[in-house]
Amino acid sequence: MPVEIQSTPLAMTAYLSGEIDHHQAPAIRLKIDDAVQRQKPPLLKLDFGNVEFMDSSGIGLVMGRYRLVKSYGGGMEVVNLPVQIYKVMKLSGIEKLATIKLREEAKK
Amino acid sequence: MKPLNVMKLVIESRSVNESFARVAVSAFAAQQDPTIEEISDIKTAVSEAVTNCIVHAYPDRVGLIYITTSLYENGLVRIKVQDKGCGILDVKQAMEPLFTTLGGERSGLGFAVMESFMDKVKVRSRVMKGTIVILDKYITGRANGND
Repeated sequence: MPVEIQSTPLAMTAYLSGEIDHHQAPAIRLKIDDAVQRQKPPLLKLDFGNVEFMDSSGIGLVMGRYRLVKSYGGGMEVVNLPVQIYKVMKLSGIEKLATIKLREEAKK
Repeated sequence: MKPLNVMKLVIESRSVNESFARVAVSAFAAQQDPTIEEISDIKTAVSEAVTNCIVHAYPDRVGLIYITTSLYENGLVRIKVQDKGCGILDVKQAMEPLFTTLGGERSGLGFAVMESFMDKVKVRSRVMKGTIVILDKYITGRANGND
């Protein structure tokens, strides 16, 4: 499964990996939603550090999770974005809604 | 203008083929000596075009997707993604950012991604006949001191 979830009382982090496209997105979505709905974390972090590829299906995934977290008053951060994925993400305007952070080596 | 080399690929409209299609096209395009960024741009645009065929052109059946990749001497990579599916009623509207005919988690940004990552995107469609998307990318490449 291309997502691992870790939680503290204050935040839940979903570590995504592999390729996020229309084929892979539904399984990732189900796993995150299941955990979020059970715990309703105040902050959901989506960590893209190990994602090798993402197309606009990933934007749908991020926007959908944003709406879910927002529905109970939580917040969301999208972190560790590789440059190419940041380029896709930027087209969505999501940075107006959630905090977006690039991956360390990608900042150079 | 005659291409230097051509690759044709026919795949069924199954979502599991999305990753195969983008990897096959980008591996072929590697002959133009692109940068890593240029290869990623091509992969992403092909993924969008092929996903459109699967999700929109053949919504309730498996059809065929015809992909032709042509390489030209001036660095151009031209990728034609064709389906014989339902076609697009209003191409201009379909290409508008955030427009989508399907709900759920479709972002409506597929064409916006193609246009932003490629140098030129052309779409021809006829209802009940199918759609052709032509994606052009000029590779400046590593030979020119990039990457």
